[in-house]
Amino acid sequence: MSNNTGSGNGGGKFDQARRNFLRGIGIGTAAAVAQPAWGGQTFQDTFADFFQKDYRRMSVDEIEAALERIERKAEARYDVEIDCQNTPPQPGVVYGYAINISRCKGYRDCVHACVKENNLGRDSQMQYIRVLEMDQGDFNLEHSDHYYEPETVPVEGKHYLPVQCMQCDDPPCVKACPVEATWMEPDGIVVVDYDWCIGCRYCMAACPYWARHFNWTVPEIPAEEMNTNTHYLGNRPRPRGVVEKCHFCIHRTRKGQQPACMEACPTGSRIFGNLLDPDSAIRYVLANKQVFRLKEDLGTEPKFWYFSD
Amino acid sequence: MVVIRFIFDSVREMFRGPREYWMWLLALSLVVLFGAWRYSEQITEGLVVTGMSDQVSWGFYISNFAFLVGIAAAAVLLVIPAYIFDRKDVKDVVLVGEGMAVAAVTMAILFVIVDLGRPDRLWHMIPGIGRFHWPVSLLAWDVLVLSVYFLLNLAIPFYVLYSRYRGKEPNFRLYFPFVVIAMFWAISIHTVTAFLFSANPARPFWHTALLGPRFIASAFASGPALIIITLQIIRKLTSYHVSQTVIDLLALIMTTALQISLFFVGAELFTDFYNEGAHAASIHYLFFGLGGFSSLKAWIWFALALNLTALVILMIHPLRQRTVMLNIACVMTFIGIWIEKGMGLVIPGFVPTPLGEIFEYAPTSVELSVAAGIWAFGILVFTLVAKAVIAIEQGKLSCPPEEQRYTL
Ligand code: SF4
Ligand code: SF4
Repeated sequence: MSNNTGSGNGGGKFDQARRNFLRGIGIGTAAAVAQPAWGGQTFQDTFADFFQKDYRRMSVDEIEAALERIERKAEARYDVEIDCQNTPPQPGVVYGYAINISRCKGYRDCVHACVKENNLGRDSQMQYIRVLEMDQGDFNLEHSDHYYEPETVPVEGKHYLPVQCMQCDDPPCVKACPVEATWMEPDGIVVVDYDWCIGCRYCMAACPYWARHFNWTVPEIPAEEMNTNTHYLGNRPRPRGVVEKCHFCIHRTRKGQQPACMEACPTGSRIFGNLLDPDSAIRYVLANKQVFRLKEDLGTEPKFWYFSD
Repeated sequence: MVVIRFIFDSVREMFRGPREYWMWLLALSLVVLFGAWRYSEQITEGLVVTGMSDQVSWGFYISNFAFLVGIAAAAVLLVIPAYIFDRKDVKDVVLVGEGMAVAAVTMAILFVIVDLGRPDRLWHMIPGIGRFHWPVSLLAWDVLVLSVYFLLNLAIPFYVLYSRYRGKEPNFRLYFPFVVIAMFWAISIHTVTAFLFSANPARPFWHTALLGPRFIASAFASGPALIIITLQIIRKLTSYHVSQTVIDLLALIMTTALQISLFFVGAELFTDFYNEGAHAASIHYLFFGLGGFSSLKAWIWFALALNLTALVILMIHPLRQRTVMLNIACVMTFIGIWIEKGMGLVIPGFVPTPLGEIFEYAPTSVELSVAAGIWAFGILVFTLVAKAVIAIEQGKLSCPPEEQRYTL
């Protein structure tokens, strides 16, 4: 609907005035034609949602209409005005991450920053990052403690290993998906189209790092805690019944900012950057430190390294 | 149009029968409705009403799916002797077997659908308007082979029955190519379903080349078990002739398949336990428990005991030839394999998680009720199909002679 109305200057950049204008029309027409009672959504939005194409096949106009619907939905559901963007990947950039495990003290500041930044369901207690506590000298994940007490860290004789999506370069989750709802973007980030995923959870079975999480319920987020700076492929509010995962804070990193977990880390254990830039910190780590990756034998080529001083 | 008349007559036949038959249909329908009602709960609340979690992300639904694909594939055990070896006695009942395949595939597909988080987006799979990730995704493969198998098992019996209905012998040359395709296809559905699991290095418990062969072997034990029981029921309840030689043949196949299946289980146990590495964690959980968690232990030992006892009965000829003993062995095999290849295969794949966490799963009442509804639906489908098939095969149902000359 808004798609047809607004095709005049499609292809142009995000235009707040025009979108507010369209938003007005959308609500007006909806009230005239149908009861806006479809779970707080207008009939037109529900209809357009149902027939929405997958992200990679939407035209610029269609994406913009989808972004507007996402914003309207967030307003209806959470009573918050969010800004959902579609920042494209930067050319010549492929992101990589490295963690200095001799510095990590297991504070879990990254975990909590991530929950806030990415609008993760609070009641479902979903977390993209898991910090594993293991005995010094032991690296068997099966001996790890996932639920150690945060007040007592760092514990003498223990070491800590944060795990999240490794943004594999040969991602088994992408291969698994029967509807291509998850794929690798040109900047190396493996993303999910929450509006295309059918919720079969085959990708969860395929991921060797337990990085994918499912919305068993509608994620609950208190209005005042909602991060309103969102991205279609990232931290926008998710519907129920679909899979999500770490996306390297796509709404921040594509604008040149650091991921929230890195910013939150008090020990400076986290190094994030452009793998294609020879002068980046991450390239320095890869060139000068003894690095390793988890489960390298599986051939998934994680873009996520660990090293120690 | 004779076709329309054929369909009309068949449907009418499906709903014709004595009081007991109607009670049976009614009872099944009630269970179906009950399952549907519980499913609506899942639709409104979300999959949170199941026992599944991020840790164990597949459960009872997918377990039943894996098992039922095996039952569907087992129809080939009647198809081969009937059409390839041209055994008259088997030919008499082969359509019943194909009806069972149709019912089993229907159930398998329903089990996948109820497992979806977004069943409303099922159309995303349709090539063209959706995105069908074929040939890369094994799940896309599975959807493809199951749908085609479903159609094959509808089309062949449809043609054969339709010919009978018109008082003609079906043209063997015409449908034989499809029979050959259906034969290979039966193997493919179960192999692809096994590959769906074994394609995941992330899950060492499934990631074994033996999984495909194991699936086929166990299917060729559980499938005949079900067919043997069903054929006896048909023999009891109807005047339809089911030759004892068919049952003997199936019992023999079942014996061999169960032997092979148990041998595979043994091979797996040896490889995992001789040098108990990290890969053995899941199987350790299954058979002995892990870190104090052992909800599957009793089940898997029970299944193993059932299968072993059944095998002993089947391997002693005088025992196997006694109908009662054979039936006991069939029931044991069916339940034993349902446990071993259902929950016993799916759940340990998730325990421990790839990050070493141990989290247990148990189905909730919603899952059990929905599953019961789907099973009842499958049995209902089979009952109706079998009813029409038998009537046509017995010549009770045919079109009036003056219409037989029309081709359509
Ligand atoms: S870590 Fe898991 S979710 Fe992330 S890209 Fe690799 S396979 Fe996919
Ligand atoms: S759960 Fe969604 S993203 Fe994952 S495989 Fe299924 S459709 Fe694809």
